[in-house]
Amino acid sequence: MAEIQELKSTASQVRRDIIRMVYYATCGHPGASLGCTEFLTALYFEVMDHDPKFNMDGKNEDVFFLSNGHISPLWYSILSRSGYFERDEMSTFRKLNSRLQGHPATHEGLPGVRVASGSLGQGLSVAVGTALAKKLDNDSKTVYVLTGDGELQEGQNWEAIMFAAHHKVDNLIATVDWNGQQIDGSNDDVLSLGDLPGKWRTFGWEVLEMDGNIMEEVLTTLKKAKALTGKGKPIVILMKTSMGHGVDFMAGTHKWHGKAPNKEQAIAALAQLEETLGDYVYENGDV
Amino acid sequence: MKDQAIKIEKKSTRDGFGAGLYEVGVKHNNAVALCADLVGSLKMQKFIDAFPERFFQVGVAEANMMGVAAGLAIGGKIPFTGTFANFSTGRVYDQIRQSIAYSHKNVKVCASHAGLSLGEDGATHQILEDVGMMKMLPGFTVINPCDYNQTKAATIAIAEHHGPVYLRFGRPSWPVFTDPDAKFEIGKAVKMKDGKDVSVFATGHLVWNALQAAEQLEKEGISCDVINIHTIKPLDEAAILASVKKTGCVVSCEEHQRNGGLGDSIAQLLAQNLPTPMEYVAVNDTFGESGTPTDLLDKYGLGIKDVLQAIKTVIKKK
Repeated sequence: MAEIQELKSTASQVRRDIIRMVYYATCGHPGASLGCTEFLTALYFEVMDHDPKFNMDGKNEDVFFLSNGHISPLWYSILSRSGYFERDEMSTFRKLNSRLQGHPATHEGLPGVRVASGSLGQGLSVAVGTALAKKLDNDSKTVYVLTGDGELQEGQNWEAIMFAAHHKVDNLIATVDWNGQQIDGSNDDVLSLGDLPGKWRTFGWEVLEMDGNIMEEVLTTLKKAKALTGKGKPIVILMKTSMGHGVDFMAGTHKWHGKAPNKEQAIAALAQLEETLGDYVYENGDV
Repeated sequence: MKDQAIKIEKKSTRDGFGAGLYEVGVKHNNAVALCADLVGSLKMQKFIDAFPERFFQVGVAEANMMGVAAGLAIGGKIPFTGTFANFSTGRVYDQIRQSIAYSHKNVKVCASHAGLSLGEDGATHQILEDVGMMKMLPGFTVINPCDYNQTKAATIAIAEHHGPVYLRFGRPSWPVFTDPDAKFEIGKAVKMKDGKDVSVFATGHLVWNALQAAEQLEKEGISCDVINIHTIKPLDEAAILASVKKTGCVVSCEEHQRNGGLGDSIAQLLAQNLPTPMEYVAVNDTFGESGTPTDLLDKYGLGIKDVLQAIKTVIKKK
């Protein structure tokens, strides 16, 4: 098991990557990217058994799907830092002729991405499908999927939630980024999710909860979730996170959902995040 | 010909799909099927009985079905989704667009009860816009076979083709007039009748109507080149241009809106390469209604007499 300290140090570099990618692109979604950093770092650097050489079919390895595709800067950093593609390719984020599209896509052949996401509410269904394929192949590996919380307002999720329980898709661990915020305000103001744990439970899922910004808790909960696989029920982790976590002036507010920092703000953010693995090179960059 | 028409065997194209799907299951261990609560209508039971572990009932939840199919395709399966054409396209267009088309997943979207000929259920179910929607998606193959035999063969053929496919077929009993042993080649038009005065390009059920009209016109001395365009995308441009060069005028026939259908694709091709007088046998910017298939086709201008009239009109424009 990687040292907790090592994971935290990786997470710090990932956060730097997010800030720099969004700054140089002058657009993107830093808020929830920063909020989910511990989770994806733990998943890719500790929990999942995966192959950065990348096979589309993901046979005999754990597979991850990102349903809330707008947190692409986080995922791109994680994929690159775990060996799916060269570090410096991050400098192409959201630019013309890049494999690092604003929202993740397979179209340009970026290793690590298996389906496009961005139009919300679709990733859970896809993850269920790949989990079924694994079952048909007697492949004992696990399928992971991350969705946003506002995204749960899309009805397709509830179709997938019903389906996964009915068909006993118990090799699936879904995680919800439960930061309570969405574009037009808080979930409660926009369209209340109500008793979220109760809803998943009533639909037949095993429900776990965790604080997604405490690395130790993320690791323990993911381990618990893994132990619950293969028992007839799909598993969901409702993950409380703080948007913008790790950068004091971005944390706990929805203001940074889809907004890039200016130069001064980028410098201030980076000053709070230790460069642990070396920044990617951005030609003539100024932060 | 009239006597022949009365005696000819009739079977539905959806029965052809069911028969083909079973063959696909036998041939491909990685073929799987999904259905949104319409197993009987889609004739999927034979596949289910033979391969129960490879069938997934998704319930009345088509959006999820498309996503699950995409996920199965990622895992190396060849998913065939089954529901009505309306619920296979418009209802789930964004799911198909993002998770299947843009992501280039090997999913076969199989759609029954397309067009007016589903009959009495009425306009809520009679989709006439599906070909337009599906052909606009980059990388999608769009196929609309004409009878039982061709639908069966097309179902088998699309399993061998890697990439997303929209396979459109229908509800009614319909004449079976193609060779049961004919090989189905995606994107290759089939010459049904050789002629020199007019090119008649038809797809789906209307291939039969086109042939009937051509037989009748033969007696009046009009010779029709009748071509079955079972694959609307990719379009067999060479076959179309070759025929039109010979005849100098065109009629397109389809159970679909004029906007966005086969006729549109042909007109686009001809406008760029060989501008030619053309008439459309298609629904013209209106919804359908309840009725028998034949009554509906007649009322909305898709009957044999309509093809006949369109041919006479277009020849005068030469």
